[in-house]
Amino acid sequence: MRFLVIACFLLFSSVAALAQSGSNETEMRAREVGRSLRCVVCQNQSIDESDAPLAADMRRLVRKQIDSGMSNEEVIDFMRAQYGDYVLLKPPVQGNTLVLWLVPAGLVLLAMGWLVINSRRRIAPDVPELSAAEAERVKSALETDAS
Amino acid sequence: MKPAALIPLAIFLVLGGLFAMGLTKDPSAIKTQMIDRPVPDFILTDLRDETVTYTQADLRGQVSLVNVFGSWCTPCAVEHPTIVDIGQQDVVRIVGVNWRDERAAGQAWLNRLGNPYDIVLFDDLSLLAIGLGVTGAPESFIVDASGTVRYKHTGMVTPQIWRDTLLPIINDLKKSAP
Repeated sequence: MRFLVIACFLLFSSVAALAQSGSNETEMRAREVGRSLRCVVCQNQSIDESDAPLAADMRRLVRKQIDSGMSNEEVIDFMRAQYGDYVLLKPPVQGNTLVLWLVPAGLVLLAMGWLVINSRRRIAPDVPELSAAEAERVKSALETDAS
Repeated sequence: MKPAALIPLAIFLVLGGLFAMGLTKDPSAIKTQMIDRPVPDFILTDLRDETVTYTQADLRGQVSLVNVFGSWCTPCAVEHPTIVDIGQQDVVRIVGVNWRDERAAGQAWLNRLGNPYDIVLFDDLSLLAIGLGVTGAPESFIVDASGTVRYKHTGMVTPQIWRDTLLPIINDLKKSAP
């Protein structure tokens, strides 16, 4: 019974959330854009989550631009024109960021290569041939053991 | 010792070196995108008279020093005597941008510390500030007679920065476009 009640609540709450967001497209898009823009004052937050006054003004400007019919990309491009790539929380893939994007993949490849080489070595270890003296000792030891 | 044993030490030294280099840089100094671009369109009121409005066109005609300040900004108060000094030299038009302030507070601040500005724009909602890519106050821009941003200085203008950096640029711009 309790489960049923909770299930009902969950059902209605999700419907309510959907209805709310659907009626406010500007708000949703503004938040989406806001999450991808860096607050230039407190630099590790997006303008969506920052309490800095400048971030509040940037949020207001984003809403205004969306209301005036600009697409999400146009709004982001506008901010990028004023503040540079710096304002993007996710760095674009381009000439000066290639190292940033490729190094992690390169490290994974290197580590995998190292692993493959090392595991082969373990399966077929290089065991040197016995010298004549060692062979003699083994032989005599086996013989003593057998007798 | 095997040479391979030195690899972790080598990695540590390389990373340590990079981090040490990073420490010498100022993370709040964001390179401006505005150099050689026109001042973006704006309509702002005068700080002292909200019935008077200015637009980007009012920045044309002569070289301007555009100084972003706010009564809430402590370094601005430290910087202000230098701006007042520059105003008395009468070599360049000085435009103030009263940023994220309250009208009364901004007016009182200028009454107390002196008003070196030929125009003071009231930008309480960061409309011009975001357009100029401002990240903090004080910041100062040199705008040429065509309304194009030619230089940006982040932080306080000191007498030395004025003498060695800003004034030569302003003199060059005045010569090239009288």
